[in-house]
Parts: sequence; structure tokens; C-alpha cells
Amino acid sequence: MMQVSPDTATTSLPIGSDADLAWVRQRVRQTAAELGFGLVQQTKLVTAASELARNTLVHGGGGHLEITPLTTGPNRGLRLTFLDTGPGIRDIEQAMTDGFTTGGGLGLGLSGAKRLVNEFDFDSRPGEGTTVTIAAWVSGLPSPRAGAG
Amino acid sequence: MEQDAAADSAAARLVGSFLERRREQIAQRWADEPLFRTVFTVSRDEAVEASKAVVDALSAVAVTGRLEDIEAPGFRAVRDQLGRMVASRARSGFTSAQIADEVAGLRGSVTELMRGEFPDPAAPDAKDCVLSLALLMGTLRLVVMETALSAGEELIARQRQQLLEVATPVIKLWEGVVAVPLIGTLDSARSQVVMESLLNAVVSEQARYAILDITGVPTVDTLVAQHLMKTVAAARLMGAECIVSGIRPAIAQTIVHLGIDLGTVLTHAGLADALAYALERQGIEVSPRATAGAGRL
Repeated sequence: MMQVSPDTATTSLPIGSDADLAWVRQRVRQTAAELGFGLVQQTKLVTAASELARNTLVHGGGGHLEITPLTTGPNRGLRLTFLDTGPGIRDIEQAMTDGFTTGGGLGLGLSGAKRLVNEFDFDSRPGEGTTVTIAAWVSGLPSPRAGAG
Repeated sequence: MEQDAAADSAAARLVGSFLERRREQIAQRWADEPLFRTVFTVSRDEAVEASKAVVDALSAVAVTGRLEDIEAPGFRAVRDQLGRMVASRARSGFTSAQIADEVAGLRGSVTELMRGEFPDPAAPDAKDCVLSLALLMGTLRLVVMETALSAGEELIARQRQQLLEVATPVIKLWEGVVAVPLIGTLDSARSQVVMESLLNAVVSEQARYAILDITGVPTVDTLVAQHLMKTVAAARLMGAECIVSGIRPAIAQTIVHLGIDLGTVLTHAGLADALAYALERQGIEVSPRATAGAGRL
């Protein structure tokens, strides 16, 4: 069984202003390029990070991002965790629906970000905050899950 | 407590009169300190004059008794001068901390002079005065730091403003065709400027076609797409047809996955394609000459 071993090098970036969003995009692009992601995958990952970081800023009232390079056997990937301690999301299913928005946007941020990456995990408790974790793999294949097959 | 306060203000007044009386000697010594010597390089007199201005300011502050108040009116006269000094040191590659250390370095010589004023430097009033002087010099250090910080903030604000204006030129490509090459991050403030300058150009150039080129935009997320669509819609209201060009392959795939519907927006891969389209729609044909040298007949 292959083990997902997160490298020790987790980077934490603050998300508190528009300037931080630009910094997040830059760092994610740089890290993805270093890990060997292709141009299209880099762009997808950066775009997803941009959407989620903006959610963290606008809806969560700010928070931070953790960038973790991943390794499973020969395959390399990148995990991004967006954390905030904002009001949380009451109806996750509704929030994930295309076109649903509370912020006057297009309502594609969450659902769109999910389509741009290999793994998407969402955890939100009303009043306690929201954690969104996404991961993408250089080969484009999701990591084999423990116990699968 | 009241006695302490009275002693403090008496000490402050003593410091004030001391600074006034020994102005010349202090200025002469400070002129040799790195802070003044390296900034005023033209002549030593210049450094002495600058030092005198600072001594005068400190004296004025001490007389009012507001030793720890960085907003004390006495400092106002030297703020500009301090700002120029800080800027000059910063240009030579000094960090704020190093500049602060240099300001702290001024304390030694003036304290020495102050001690010389008293027959017995260990007497309580001598100690009070030296303490008051130390407080005052600490405040000067804070004033210098504050000047350095606000200069930095001003610079950043000015550069941000410049970036907004510089980065969004509207170019007239042809009679009735204008284009905006967008570069960098398209946030709400930038997109507002873009929309305004584009709509103004549509009016002033009587443009029927407006091209938004996003070759230089690294990331197109839902917010950027929304800004683009709003700009296109606004241009359309003004009677101009808006074309978005410069959509790179990676961006195109990302937009599709995000689920953004750009069906209402006319798009072309490159700026040249967009221009060709605009010309064709206006009935303008651009073709090479039939044969080279044909015009010579």
C-alpha cells in the first residue's frame, strides 16, 4: 500500500487583503512549477487557489493558506488548505451549486475550483469557520486511497 | 507624585536651557557623528547648521516639558529635515534599525556635555537632568523612525496610484478601433480604471470596436471574468462592440473547467485576429501589393 507522505516543508501564508491574494497566486504558481506541474495544470491550480483564497478573505473574514508538497511513490502533488474562523457555511450543498452566490459574484467559485483539481474536501461548521482542502497531482491522477482496490 | 512631576518638569526646563546654552558645542560634536557627517557631505558648516536645527527643536520640546511626546510642536520645524536625512541614509542602503542606531549614537556626546555642567554628577538633580535628556533623545529616535515609516507609506501609496494609471493605456489601432492591453492582476480597482478609460476612449475616438487584450493577465478567475463581462456590457451600451483577445490555451481550459460562460463575449486568440475581425467588419481590406515593383511603372 502506498503511503501519502507530506513533506515537512509546509508553508503558511496569511490571507488578509487583496495584496495577500496576489502573493498567494504567485507562491502557488512558483511551488507548482518547482514540483513539475505543466502550464495548464499550474494555471488551473492557481485559479482554484485564487477562488478559494478570495472566499477565505470575503466570506471568512481572512485566514491563512497552508501549502504542502506531497509525494506518493513516484507521483508528486500539491495540497492547499484554506482555513478561516469566519461564520462558516450552513448549507454546503447549496454553496457548491453552480450559480449560487451570496457575494454578488458569478457563483462559480467553489464548484469551479472543485472541477479544477483532483481532490476537494470541504469542512465547515456554522460559527466556527471553514476549512477547504484541495490537492492536485502532477500526473493528473488522484492518489490511490488507503484500502482501495 | 506631585513632587516627582514638579521635579521632572524642572529637570525638563533645565535640559531645555542647557541645550539652548550649549547649542554651539553640541552642534559641533554632532556634525562629526555619522548621521550628520555622511548626509551633509558638501561642507562641515552645513552639517553644523543641520545639527543646530535639531538641537533647537529638542530645546523647544524640553522647555514645554513634553519630553515623551513625539507630536510635540517643537519637532515640527525639523521633521522635513529629518525626513531628508532618513531618505538619504536609506538610499545609501541603511536599514531603519541602523538609522535608529545612528540617532541613538547622538546621545553619548550630549550626555557627556550635560554631566560636565554639574560639579557633582552623582547629585540627584544631575541624575534627573541626565534622565530627562535620555528620554528626550529616545523621543527624537521615535520621531525619526516615524518619519521614515510615513515616508515609506507615502511612497507605496504613490506607486500604487502610478501603477493604476500607467498600466492601462488605451491605444488607437485604426480609425474606429481602440485596444487596451491588460497586464498583471485585474482586481476591482484596476478593472474600474480600465472600464473608465476604455469607455472614454470609445467616446473620444468614436470607436465602433474595442479590444480588451488579456495576454498579460496571468490568472483569469471568476472575479476577473466578471469584470471582463461587465466591461464588455458597458462598451456595448455605448454602441461599441467589445472583443476579448489574448486568451492563451491554459486560460481557455481553465475558464471551461471553472464553468464560466463567455458565450456572450466575442473572443479571439490573439490581438491580430481581433484587429483583423474589426477591420473586416468595417469593410476594410488589408492586402499585400499585387507584385513588388508594380508601382514603378
